Amino acid sequence: MTPLSITGMAVVTSLGRGLAATWEGVRAGRHGLRPNDFEDAGIPTWIGRVEGIESEPLAGSWAEYDCRNNRLAWLGLRQDGFDEVVERARGRYGANRVAVLMGTTTSGILETELAYRRRDAMGAFREPLRYAHTQNLFSVTDFVRRRLGVAGPALSISTACSSSAKVFASAARLITAGCCDAAVVGGVDSLCFMTLYGFASLDLLSPEPCRPCDVDRSGLSISEAAGFVLLERDADDRADVAFLGYGESSDAHHMSSPHPEGRGAADAMAGALRSAGLRAGDIDYVNLHGTGTLANDRAEDLAVCRTLGEATPCSSTKGATGHALGAAGVTEAILAVQCIRQGFLPGTQHTRRIDPTFRSRVLLQSRRGLVRRVMSNSFGFGGNNCSLIFGGWP
Amino acid sequence: MMGVSVHGVSLLGPGLSNWAEFHEIVAGRRPYHQGQETRIPIPDVLPPTERRRSSAAVRCAVSAALEALRQGGMDGRDVATVFATSDGDGAITHQICDGLSRSEREVSPTAFHNSVCNAPAGYWCIATQATTSSTTICAYDLSFAGGLLEAAALATVESRPVLLVASDLPSPFPLHAVRPVRHALAAAVLLSPSSGSRALMRWVIRLDRSLPVTPPPSFVAETLLANPIARCLPLWSALARNAEEEVVMEYVDGSVVAVACRPQG
Repeated sequence: MTPLSITGMAVVTSLGRGLAATWEGVRAGRHGLRPNDFEDAGIPTWIGRVEGIESEPLAGSWAEYDCRNNRLAWLGLRQDGFDEVVERARGRYGANRVAVLMGTTTSGILETELAYRRRDAMGAFREPLRYAHTQNLFSVTDFVRRRLGVAGPALSISTACSSSAKVFASAARLITAGCCDAAVVGGVDSLCFMTLYGFASLDLLSPEPCRPCDVDRSGLSISEAAGFVLLERDADDRADVAFLGYGESSDAHHMSSPHPEGRGAADAMAGALRSAGLRAGDIDYVNLHGTGTLANDRAEDLAVCRTLGEATPCSSTKGATGHALGAAGVTEAILAVQCIRQGFLPGTQHTRRIDPTFRSRVLLQSRRGLVRRVMSNSFGFGGNNCSLIFGGWP
Repeated sequence: MMGVSVHGVSLLGPGLSNWAEFHEIVAGRRPYHQGQETRIPIPDVLPPTERRRSSAAVRCAVSAALEALRQGGMDGRDVATVFATSDGDGAITHQICDGLSRSEREVSPTAFHNSVCNAPAGYWCIATQATTSSTTICAYDLSFAGGLLEAAALATVESRPVLLVASDLPSPFPLHAVRPVRHALAAAVLLSPSSGSRALMRWVIRLDRSLPVTPPPSFVAETLLANPIARCLPLWSALARNAEEEVVMEYVDGSVVAVACRPQG
């Protein structure tokens, strides 16, 4: 693919508001996880909750969009000067030429969950549910594009935990096809009962902070996050880091467990290398999907070894941020760009002893080093895989 | 502008069990009977386990996908997919939210894995052994136009065949009250960037603004339109009539997706 400039980034995670807070946490080996204190969800697990959303409702003309997910989106949009870089792109290309593509898995479903609890004796909702502006998956994309004042193509992508990686691929295609000149891509997913109880039903939640790739790993730590990236076609003033390639694949194996040999994951990684015109040796660091479940980490290790060999440093940052599901892809894409800019390879927090059956080079400790190109992996239920590559201009 | 050829097409809805029926109705050789339910078959491509676990939403999307793929005579393993839906699976959302509202707060593992918006895509890939790229998009009422844009960009930029599968189903009470989709409707179309001799039609697709939106075909009753995927019907009608015309569909914020239809042969 033709590389695209990364001209803006903004992020909110459980580590804090803004890129500096999240990056400083990752760099210093801090994490944003806490024993589950989400509403009255009494599941013994650790979560990454973004503090303060509960007391920051959307007001005025935005009130109809008010829900935990859109509050988180708005919090994200106000970080890191993001609105200003979008404003500049709008001026340069015109509002109609700036797309908005957002990944989410549950959007504002918490509103619906709470409305179900308050149903009357006949089972009907007691008060009107603002379905289109909250629960519907397009709600967050519609909210973001209105807040940014852009009118280009707009889509939500919902492919489980690969959602906000897939938005990069779709944006690259829409720009290449001439449908837009720039794209705001991102992901917003917020805590809700469905994901907590759903992952618990599959026995995939860790009772402690998740330990990706650890021999004693016991599942994932759910979190919430909002992340945004502005992608622009080759601008006069090229950004220092570009989005270089993507690979997408399907496992065609099982709805909720990955292909045991990591076949689909390896296909996506190989596709990303082809798309970027790179070879395995060109990748300096892999930000793993690395959720901390037995099956994911094992399959991903096999896929990394098959595609990149055993020497490429890799790690999971989910011990720091938790697994933000539909916002994980963009959060980790942003971290990948930071790794390149800062010359830093993060370790894998909470992980003490790497699974001895793994052959890939999983980093336990963070270290400084030249990072020219990063691959970022995101895999989801339904066997949906996406790998992205970021780096300096070729 | 994105040029794609149409190799196969399908439609599954109330009183519309396949493309051939729709074709006959558009040609005036068969009346359209209102007031029927959509009869959703159990697709024969699903392996027994997936057949048992699949929801109506999965079966509806997979049935439509299968008809378009078979009509185009392609192997599913070679075809990338774009699934478009406004609402995902309302029955599963209801089942889970209802369970969560009770004191036991039980969520069934099968319901949870069916709750992902890309569940039909996941089942489709398992059924056809397609390891290709698959994207599931949502743009509320504009999901069909959005899905067509995504599919056309994928087909032309990556130069590969793409199957677009758009579907929505009614949600049960009480969700139905806040999103009154009346009936199940699924439409699929198999696109490729190259114009082959077997293509049904060539489409040149572009984004534009402020053009008048093409009205639905005359036989279409108001009730049939009460599903966001029914916005495909003007384009499906042009296909059925092999008509050289431009079909314009509403997209976000005053923009439109315009499809110039060019008959083949």
